[in-house]
Amino acid sequence: VLGWVYAGPLAVMVGLFFVLPLVLVVWMSLHDWPLLGERTLNAPDNFTAAADNDLLRDATVFTLRYTVIVTVVLFGVAMGLALLVQHSRAGVGLFRTAFFLPAAVGFATASLLFLGLLSNEIGPVNDTLERLGLIDEPVSWTTENPGLALASTVGLVTWRFAGFNMLILLVGLQSIPVELYEAARVDGAGRWQTFRRITLPLMRSTIALVLILMVTGSLLAFDQFFIVTRGGPDNSTTSVVMVIYREAFTRFDLGSAAAISVLALVFLVVLNIAQLAVLRRRSDA
Amino acid sequence: LLIATLGACGDDDEASDSGTAAGDDGGVELTMWTRAGTEAQSQALVDAYNESHENQVELTIYPNEEYPAKIASAAGADALPDIFTSDVVFAPNYVDQNLWQDITEQFEGLEFHEDVAPSHVSAATSDDAVYAVPHTIDASVMFYNKDLYTQAGLDPEAPPETLEEFASQARTIRQAVGGDTYGTYFGGNCGGCLVFTFWPSVWADGNEVMNAEGSESTIEEAAGVFEIYRALYDEGVASPGSKDEGGPTWLGALQTGKIGIAPGPSAWLQLLDDEGLDIGVSAIPGVEGGSSTFVGGDVAGISATTDQTDAAWDFLSWTLSEDAQVEVLAKNGDVISRTDLASNKYASEDERILTINEVVGRGVTPFALRFNESYNDPQSPWVETLRGALFGDDPAGALHDGAESITESLNS
Repeated sequence: VLGWVYAGPLAVMVGLFFVLPLVLVVWMSLHDWPLLGERTLNAPDNFTAAADNDLLRDATVFTLRYTVIVTVVLFGVAMGLALLVQHSRAGVGLFRTAFFLPAAVGFATASLLFLGLLSNEIGPVNDTLERLGLIDEPVSWTTENPGLALASTVGLVTWRFAGFNMLILLVGLQSIPVELYEAARVDGAGRWQTFRRITLPLMRSTIALVLILMVTGSLLAFDQFFIVTRGGPDNSTTSVVMVIYREAFTRFDLGSAAAISVLALVFLVVLNIAQLAVLRRRSDA
Repeated sequence: LLIATLGACGDDDEASDSGTAAGDDGGVELTMWTRAGTEAQSQALVDAYNESHENQVELTIYPNEEYPAKIASAAGADALPDIFTSDVVFAPNYVDQNLWQDITEQFEGLEFHEDVAPSHVSAATSDDAVYAVPHTIDASVMFYNKDLYTQAGLDPEAPPETLEEFASQARTIRQAVGGDTYGTYFGGNCGGCLVFTFWPSVWADGNEVMNAEGSESTIEEAAGVFEIYRALYDEGVASPGSKDEGGPTWLGALQTGKIGIAPGPSAWLQLLDDEGLDIGVSAIPGVEGGSSTFVGGDVAGISATTDQTDAAWDFLSWTLSEDAQVEVLAKNGDVISRTDLASNKYASEDERILTINEVVGRGVTPFALRFNESYNDPQSPWVETLRGALFGDDPAGALHDGAESITESLNS
């Protein structure tokens, strides 16, 4: 009985804020669900409609592409920063703080900040680059072409999240006993060999965590596209979550939005299981 | 209950003076939501009502782009305010979703109900039942900068009478003034902006953008209008910012005073005057001549989930009274919602207001159940179409494909 008492509060929280909404979303996905009024069972119409949705198909391709790009860039930068500041030296605290600082800015706020900075009308970026002679005429960072719009958001995401991921990686780096590095040095291992044979293998669980956070976060990307590029130009940066948002709050089709959410959830769960399996198997070997 | 009854009795005289049907002014706290686009008018109405009534309306204003989502999520969560406004073109959808109460009986109890802006009332009517009343009226017009006209050697009292003339005046300004001053400006990444500013030219030419039922797009008939704006952008006469403009910095660009002539919402006249600009107003012409306008603005209704119907109606009926229409809206230089009060004492003071009132009489409020998702939403087929027609390699193809995808969206 005492065990239930201890577990009770958590069970209630999980039930209320996780299991219940999840069941509700699945339930909604099986219905024609208007904002107010009569709900009618229409399964599996919402799911077949999702399969025929061109915007969703393009958004899925884009979201996957974005996830790969962001994960590679963000991991590279975060790992680089972590390696730069891992040893205690004079002034290293200042750099660690500086790298981490963007994480203290809310993401929507950071998106608005970038929108302002990159704006042709009010932002300083174009003026500065023009004065430095790097560009001849103002560039429309967020709408000129799909590549530039994507690059702008990748820049934003890297600026905002690299410090946070650096911190996680730093903890992993510092949990590796110094003796191992000393032993390797005695054995005559070079820098690259030490990194490959000691740092990486012992960092696997940390790297797994960081990668799962990055991949999941990127697949669920919304704020940066909603605010900075508005999904444009020409729908080229419309993410899957933006399509869900459009179904629910522009088209008022809550059932369809729920169905796409369920599909996204299933995809994420499968992906995370696969990711964990691969990373675990490697660390067992 | 006693207090409520007393309050209602106390205000009986006032109510019958302004010809309003029974409302309840019993000191009730009302909540009301509106969007930033018509904030000035809503705030002025609410302030004047709160000052003269026992009921108190608390107004909350949301950014234009987020407002429909806010309404939708609140409706889903059963958390709508007592009163909420809507962009008039979204009204048919809200009526269809049952978000407003049927106020036919109260509305028809108003002596002057037949003089209330018919285009707005019909947008909020379904099966002969009325669900919302006009709240603000905002019509699209041409704004031109008289100082720049003088500088460029154009006659500041001779605004364009055809869209061709508009283009040539814009070119003259770009050539004569130059620098960071441009001939014109438009929202080339903003569905709502171009619906509002390009469609009147299409109508002025006697063409249509869709059928009356709002189920079939005929956007290919807008080819001539797109061709003119496309050329202005290509030649660098339209500000390069036009391609990016998604809405938020549209007003700011006009307020800089570095745009010669551009179509925009009549509600901005005051905001442009406030910047110290000498602004002229004219009707939006068609390619060949004639003129028209998009009669936009907001309607306000009582939410389906409130139980303060009578108090909410007291406010809404007051906003249509002569006191509110003339002494609040007309006095501020806004377009009013009652045709019987059009020639009020304030309207005749500013000939630009007369121009706006006059053009509203010939304007159009397009009807489509799926307006937002087909035209205003950034992911709408209309935004894809207009960008193809303005900036793409194959404008005719973009309009042709656009007509198809917009029709599909209108019927989804």
